Amino acid sequence: MVYILATILLIVGLFGVFTQKNLIKIIISVSIIESAVNVFLILVGYRSGGIAPLMTEQHSQAEVFALHSVDPLPQAMILTSIVISLSILALMVAISLRLYHVYGTYDITEIRKARLNSKS
Amino acid sequence: MEALLILLLLFMIISAVVALYTEELLSAVIAVGAVGFGSSAVFLLLGAPDLAITQIVVEVAALVLLIRATISIGVKTTSAWRSGWQPKAVAAAAVIFLVFAFLSFRDMPEFSVPVMDRIADAPSIFYLEDGLSSTGSTNHVMGVLLDFRAYDTLGEATIIFTAVFGTLTLLRKRGKKAVNRNEYSGEKTSPKG
Repeated sequence: MVYILATILLIVGLFGVFTQKNLIKIIISVSIIESAVNVFLILVGYRSGGIAPLMTEQHSQAEVFALHSVDPLPQAMILTSIVISLSILALMVAISLRLYHVYGTYDITEIRKARLNSKS
Repeated sequence: MEALLILLLLFMIISAVVALYTEELLSAVIAVGAVGFGSSAVFLLLGAPDLAITQIVVEVAALVLLIRATISIGVKTTSAWRSGWQPKAVAAAAVIFLVFAFLSFRDMPEFSVPVMDRIADAPSIFYLEDGLSSTGSTNHVMGVLLDFRAYDTLGEATIIFTAVFGTLTLLRKRGKKAVNRNEYSGEKTSPKG
């Protein structure tokens, strides 16, 4: 059930990428897709009643701890992915601002028209 | 527990739909912030406090960036959607995707059973059992990130530097293009302005 909900969130973002005309809306949709994938991978690594992968004094026995903790590997990879998504967002915003300065609009169909007119 | 998760995921889906459907860009930016903070709450529920903290910081930075790109240069509303065959085709593809996702989720272990329990010699088990003795870190996420898989973190740093240099190059106010063109063509004219 929760997997299906995460997939629906991904599909909403994918729908936005393919149907929006505004560059900012497309950036927002990509950000939604990233959130959906991150949440899905963390959901996969969850154990019912699991504790965070932090060893404390109550759980100092490594073999016992491994049976109670959630999966640390997706968390480490998603931590990388979150930071990368921010830098990708910054790059996309920079490209969009450049396009706005050149063409005066965020609408990709108007940008395409302006490019075709300037070529011919 | 699972009911709370479903509630949070529904909140995220509704926020995403609002972010796509609203015509005001400020509302869209705030709604996508709601999606990010919802995912942060999900991480906190699922035993990932490091991720929740990072997600909050990243969401704040993303909010600032998106506001800089929309409101502060005077773009407040957005234009219409694509019309024609594209939305219908994408909707059909989304339905097919959902059906295949549903079929593939039946083969996965059900929620609240991690994948590492189903695979013998899963690397996560090794990280959890030997993490403290081989890295000395009690936080296993950081142990994996900075010790077992440090090359991934090196690649992440490479990507971030590339993105930073790309952003700086794109947003530079004064270009060097005029100077270089004159040098390459061998002309002695000095760039004006």
